[in-house]
Amino acid sequence: MIPELGHFSLILALILALVQGVVPLIGASRNRLALMSVGRAAAQGQFLFIVFSFGCLTWAFINSDFSLQLAASNSHSATPLIYKITGVWGNHEGSLLLWAMSLALWTVAVTVFSRNLPEIFMARVLGVLGLVSSGFLLFLLVTSNPFDRILPGAPEGRDLNPLLQDPGMIIHPPLLYMGYVGFSVAFAFAIAALLSGRMDAAWARWSRPWTTVAWIFLTAGITIGSGWAYYELGWGGWWFWDPVENASFMPWLLGTALMHSLAVTEKRGAFRSWTVLLAIGAFSLSLMGTFLVRSGVLTSVHAFATDPARGLFVLALLVLVIGVSLTLFAWRAPTLAGGGSFGLVSREASLLGNNVLLSVASGSVLLGTLYPLFIDALNLGKISVGPPYFETVFVPLMTPVIVLMMIGPFVRWKGDDGSRVLRKVAPGLIASAVLGIGAAFAIGHVTWRTALGLSLAAWVLIGSVLILRQRLADRQGAGTGARVRSIPAAWWGMWFAHLGIGVFIIGVTLVGSLNSQIQVKMLSGDTAQLAGYTFTFRGVANAPGPNYAAARATIDVSRGGVRFATLTPEKRFYEAQGMPMTEASIDIGPLRDVYVNLGDQLEDGAWVVGLFYRPFISWIWFGCSLMVLGGIFAASDRRYRRLAEREVPAGAARQAV
Amino acid sequence: MKPRSKRLMLLGGAVALLIGAVALVLTAFQENLVFFHTPTEVAEGKAPTGRTFRIGGLVEPGSIKRAADGLTVQFAITDTAKVIPVTYKGSLPDLFSEGKGAVVQGKMGADGQFAASEVLAKHDENYMPPEAQHAVDQAQKTAKTVKQ
Repeated sequence: MIPELGHFSLILALILALVQGVVPLIGASRNRLALMSVGRAAAQGQFLFIVFSFGCLTWAFINSDFSLQLAASNSHSATPLIYKITGVWGNHEGSLLLWAMSLALWTVAVTVFSRNLPEIFMARVLGVLGLVSSGFLLFLLVTSNPFDRILPGAPEGRDLNPLLQDPGMIIHPPLLYMGYVGFSVAFAFAIAALLSGRMDAAWARWSRPWTTVAWIFLTAGITIGSGWAYYELGWGGWWFWDPVENASFMPWLLGTALMHSLAVTEKRGAFRSWTVLLAIGAFSLSLMGTFLVRSGVLTSVHAFATDPARGLFVLALLVLVIGVSLTLFAWRAPTLAGGGSFGLVSREASLLGNNVLLSVASGSVLLGTLYPLFIDALNLGKISVGPPYFETVFVPLMTPVIVLMMIGPFVRWKGDDGSRVLRKVAPGLIASAVLGIGAAFAIGHVTWRTALGLSLAAWVLIGSVLILRQRLADRQGAGTGARVRSIPAAWWGMWFAHLGIGVFIIGVTLVGSLNSQIQVKMLSGDTAQLAGYTFTFRGVANAPGPNYAAARATIDVSRGGVRFATLTPEKRFYEAQGMPMTEASIDIGPLRDVYVNLGDQLEDGAWVVGLFYRPFISWIWFGCSLMVLGGIFAASDRRYRRLAEREVPAGAARQAV
Repeated sequence: MKPRSKRLMLLGGAVALLIGAVALVLTAFQENLVFFHTPTEVAEGKAPTGRTFRIGGLVEPGSIKRAADGLTVQFAITDTAKVIPVTYKGSLPDLFSEGKGAVVQGKMGADGQFAASEVLAKHDENYMPPEAQHAVDQAQKTAKTVKQ
């Protein structure tokens, strides 16, 4: 009964989404206030129905209702409660419902937090979001109904894929989806602006905090996904250039470009068409990510379904979204021309350079991810594009981005004197190169990659100090405390996020240069050495879990004769799926991780043990956390709220023409 | 400088940057493509020598052997028509087992052994790597044509 209620509620949500997608747009084109204001109520109603529907599905999972097809395939009565709940989105149908719920949540957030938008603009934004939502709800109901029953009900469920039974999987999908779907708001704002034919600083200002919040979620989601891959897949790597990782990385790159381009549009009125294109691009890539990951065209842990009808539907939706928005763009773009002009040496030019490079980087990932699929679809053979390609491309593309990133804040808007800028940054740049190369010698790993990576990291750190000093010097006279307090949150956001990139580069460079690993055959009492650490194998014991059996090894780790950690990697066997799984055990430290996994048992009773030394890997997550923190600062700037309120009367008057 | 020539320089700079970046991407792409071959194609000598490629198929039942060090593994990949011996040193995926689908990436050695640097298996029990499925389908299609 409860699942049927959920199904029914989802149908009602679709009807409301259609109302929200059609009525306000009609109202906006005929300038009827009554029709326009329907959008809000429809969006909020839609949200409630989707939440109710999601609740019904969760109820079925928690109560192990195995007459529900989805629960029978992805849950088990012995699964711990938390994984019963995450099982709701650990599958194709449920994850799409989560997608739809995120979209509804964003839409409601727009109705609540952007209450001061001009009515006609709000109507268009909600209309666009309603249409997107209709597409997805239709997709859910037609091709991937989460509430399908099986008769008779299954006596026991097949359980959730053991790889997904992990704390990281509890928040990774919701965060990632909030990020993906969040770009739909920037997209809706861009389309609404195209429809109205007006694209001014106010539009960019309304759009900025939404874009930043979406970016925060996406960054956090990717970071947690990467952390999950690190400890759960058991290979000691943190990024594999796997197509599904790329699917989330592409919108991130373009979203990052969009945030910076929006800043220019708001401050200087320039880059308007470019900003709109980026907003369309970022959302299209998010949709494409969903398509790639969910359609089953990729070999991956994320590919739940291999039903061509589903892939076709999402593909059609994608083509429709991109086609309609680009047509609209082509029609309206001439009205966007103009905006502030700027010189060769200017803040705008440096941001333009970064935008171009980030877009090319995004394009290169797109090429590497899609080309094999095209070749396969055209029956020209099967190929794959591995990490070497992405690594070859990313180092030269990102190097100028990082260098420019710290030069940009020194350059004035509109136009600046090249030699003045050079005088400001040259000492720092030279010092960074010296420091980076020196550090490479100091750690005894002299390759151009290590030297370059460390130099770039040094440049980000030195640059951050210089930028902060310059900023504080702007307010001469006041006390240091007052000067620090006078800096707006948005500026701190930029500062922390950029600093985070520096920390991230240190982690990536050092883990890439200094990591080491060995595989050894160990019997109880055996020892092995790696990177100055001694590993002593203490044997294997049974350690049964709620829905699996496990062999748990005990390994003592010592350094200089002092034991400092006991690691317990496991080899699990999940009974319901008949699936073995490796559970790594990690001693996490600020300067290094020591990582151990348990392989197969050999005929003579010995175990194959993988030992990994991962220096500075925590700095990768720490750097990403700083970026997220920066995003939070930037989005929380009081300026957005204050200015948004002040702008309303003028904006409303303009829009209502 | 006149504003007009400034503008041209800016545009020229952006275009040059774009062209340079695209050229870089395409070159790297060309050099790092990994082609896929079925065991039959490898046996017929159609696979490249000295270049990394992938083979997909089923792990031949009874073929997994561990060397004395316990770490080097030998097995064979088959598409049911031809069998290619593979050596690999490293940890095998959890779901790697005899009779199941797998994809290996590496180079063909002079001794006729495929030296794998990477072994990919499925992510869950019901799933077959598409490349492995493709290899088996190809071989069976060929077998049928021969019989007719």
